[in-house]
Amino acid sequence: MYDVIIIGSGPAGLTAAIYTTRADLKTLVIAGNRWGGQLQLTSVVENFPGFPEGIEGPKLMENMRKQAEHHGAEIIEKDFESGEFAKSPFTLKTTDGKTFESRSVIVASGADAMWLNVPGEKEKIGRGVSSCATCDAAFFRNKNVVVVGGGDSAMEEALVLSRVANKIYLVHRRDSFRASEIMQKRVRENEKIEILFNSAITEIFGEMKVEKVSLTNLVTNENSEMPVDGIFVAIGHRPNTSAFTGIDVDEKGYIKVYDHNKTNIDGVFVAGDVHDREYRQAITASGFGCAAALEAERWLMTKKSE
Amino acid sequence: MTDITFTDQNFQEEVLNSPLPVLVDFWAPWCGPCKIVGPIVEELAKDYAGKVKVGKLNVDENQNVSSQFGIMSIPSLMLFKAGQPVKTMVGAQGKESFKKGIDEVLASA
Repeated sequence: MYDVIIIGSGPAGLTAAIYTTRADLKTLVIAGNRWGGQLQLTSVVENFPGFPEGIEGPKLMENMRKQAEHHGAEIIEKDFESGEFAKSPFTLKTTDGKTFESRSVIVASGADAMWLNVPGEKEKIGRGVSSCATCDAAFFRNKNVVVVGGGDSAMEEALVLSRVANKIYLVHRRDSFRASEIMQKRVRENEKIEILFNSAITEIFGEMKVEKVSLTNLVTNENSEMPVDGIFVAIGHRPNTSAFTGIDVDEKGYIKVYDHNKTNIDGVFVAGDVHDREYRQAITASGFGCAAALEAERWLMTKKSE
Repeated sequence: MTDITFTDQNFQEEVLNSPLPVLVDFWAPWCGPCKIVGPIVEELAKDYAGKVKVGKLNVDENQNVSSQFGIMSIPSLMLFKAGQPVKTMVGAQGKESFKKGIDEVLASA
């Protein structure tokens, strides 16, 4: 029996684990097969305080994990499958068939990158279609690529690619970016990056690998074809909430929050991108993780004294 | 260490000429998801000992093999049988998911 089970191992989950373990609560982190969250797919994180020169995303996550483990968190790299939240203690099941019991739960399962869902995309993931420029940029040396999206991650993908690729077309549906000004400025000043506003990729062509894309201008409805070698998709994220039966979500699938970090179920708390559609930063996720852990600790104390 | 290091130099001998099926983990030190997959590959090497030869290939240091087999995304796990690539699994996945892929190939004799 655990005091707290944390589902998720990004900044929210691991920060929560640091706090619950330091509060001497028996803590299990169901970290997922791909532990570490979205920062595992980034390069340098420049906006996490305490690292004046920035820090590699995967390194930051490794540090957080070590810190949580140092304080006694038990971390398993299995995926959460389902939970019985209707009765206390809660029973949680992982995909390898094991079950775990806990007095309280912190849901910090984060969000996953979305794909374009256009013809030709799925079969060419790993053949020119990617969602991780940090991982795959090196394979596009002197090649021409498309980056799709308008937020900070799209800017970062384009900038990472500009170090090796010949030409980057940055394709965005709207007529302006929602990325931070500093990232937009870097993109605008980069002569390898060409910005195509009001445009969308509608199909991806190629036999064994990506050869060209079909591009639609959303204002004029004109179609054109563009020969490219790669497509990097950075159009946002979808919260990972499909497995949480019984926990309220909003119309977009984010977990509904009541009173800061509580869900509709007494004893189940929430932190990070799985509920936060506003900020979605590593540092805010960490902050939410800390708050949820403190709240869980308080809740457990009240329960004990009852 | 139960897993092997493949290179441009030994690929023909160790992978393409291997009597056993071979699982190759294409990776690089700067790739976050590769670090997640690395330890899983080491476990797979133990689990499939005697049935599948398992090893890693650093794409930075071995660009010939990487481009010969059209690697454009890492981590990529590629399974070779009788010198031919028969299955590719792209991206960080769980051990069970990799095992399923390997077992499918082994079952199809």
